[in-house]
Amino acid sequence: MTKGELRRGARDGSAEAVVGQEQQLSDAFVSLADSLVADYDVADLLHRLAHHCVNLLDIAAAGLLLADQRGTLQVVATSSETSRLLELLQLQHDQGPCLDCFHSGSAVIAPDVALASDRWPIFAAETLAAGYRSVHALPMRLRDDVIGTLNLFGVRPGPLTEADTRIGQALADVATIAILQERAIRHHEILAEQLQHALTSRIVIEQAKGVLAERGSLDMDQAFNQLRRYARNTNTRLTDLARGIVEGTVDSAAVLSPRLRRQPPSHPPEDP
Amino acid sequence: MSEPGRLRRELRALLADRSRGAAALDRLCVGVVSALPVDGSAISVTTAAAVRGYSGASDSVCARLDDLQFTLGEGPSWHAVRSGRPVLVGDLTGLSGERWPMFTPAVLAAGFRAIFAFPLQIGAIRLGTLGLFCARSGLLDGEALGDALVIADVAALTFLDAEAGDSSAPVDLPLGDDLDSAGAYRAEVHQATGMAMAQLGVSAQEALVRLRAHAFAAGLTVDEVACEIVARRLRLDGGLFG
Repeated sequence: MTKGELRRGARDGSAEAVVGQEQQLSDAFVSLADSLVADYDVADLLHRLAHHCVNLLDIAAAGLLLADQRGTLQVVATSSETSRLLELLQLQHDQGPCLDCFHSGSAVIAPDVALASDRWPIFAAETLAAGYRSVHALPMRLRDDVIGTLNLFGVRPGPLTEADTRIGQALADVATIAILQERAIRHHEILAEQLQHALTSRIVIEQAKGVLAERGSLDMDQAFNQLRRYARNTNTRLTDLARGIVEGTVDSAAVLSPRLRRQPPSHPPEDP
Repeated sequence: MSEPGRLRRELRALLADRSRGAAALDRLCVGVVSALPVDGSAISVTTAAAVRGYSGASDSVCARLDDLQFTLGEGPSWHAVRSGRPVLVGDLTGLSGERWPMFTPAVLAAGFRAIFAFPLQIGAIRLGTLGLFCARSGLLDGEALGDALVIADVAALTFLDAEAGDSSAPVDLPLGDDLDSAGAYRAEVHQATGMAMAQLGVSAQEALVRLRAHAFAAGLTVDEVACEIVARRLRLDGGLFG
């Protein structure tokens, strides 16, 4: 059964499909919860979370934006590394549902972007050109603070079901916890430290993707997949591996090799 | 946040004197103290291996405290440069101060209660650290924190150029407009940095310097040049795409 059939089945209430979706959903949350206990890598976890959004919800692409305390929204994770999706997320420095969601602190839903060109002329045009019709922006909240937003793109017009919206918000909440690394943030200062850490991790990963893309003649999506595959296979934190590649302590040829070579990372783990 | 544009302009004026070394850095640190609600500041420029190079401070006490951290191998600035994360401590007499058994008593004896350290970095490119000292305990408010991060961004880009070993980088590379802040760079700038590293066989730091120099020489923004590189329409090594 394909994902689309599964979703349609779930909406129609077919028992087999509902069980299938519930199984997927619980698997996703169990896997996220598992990774939250150990010394996890926030960049890796957020990427997986973006993929869970696409697998679990009736959407085609997802992206996480984080406010950087200089007043701009920065991309920290996407379900695909295509430049089109990145562009849609990045142009929301200036306009778009994410920016509105970040400022209002509530979900902003554009069931049909074709009807939103008055509100966000550039964003609406670019979204349609990229092949998406619906956009949902869900807030990542910590009490009174909004630290970022989860952006969901669908290829057909129409709002998400109530159930999908709830799951989306739950995933946004997991992302918030993952970034803050503590369920109870007692101090504003810890919040600032963790936000900066998540943003820096993303930059290190972009730099490493560039190295791999050039050395392996790959596009950015393929470069990221190689990076993540090697990190998993060698049990290395994604950010540590990326840093090792950029600093030259990890051999990028090994990361690009189709066959796995067991090479322990020579880069020391980050200070706690 | 207070006007980041104004803050950047003030910083650029302070940094206009591009003479390298401690005197210019000292003046920058004095400027930081006047721009932020803090009583002292220190900047250490480090090598890629997080070894401290030259440094500057707003006064001799802060200079000594900054130096002490790198001597002892502990303290917020030392930790910030190693971990790549800001270290913000609103009250050193609390639990947080116990992380640095040798450094904390020295800070308290010098009359400071709060200390904030920000890494100067662009992803994996580590350039140094900015330390802020306050006589009264308390956190930086949202505006001061935002301003401190802007200062760290601007300082990181300044040291990026100053520390580049390659003489092909124009020495008078301007700091650009208000948007030329590492914190505001698009993802493509960092991807292009990695691609340029591999094309040129240089460090990330030098690759970013070359990218910025190319943008400056071509009259383009850094973002525009980066997008050309990522789209494989431009190579910084002068090679052609088939």
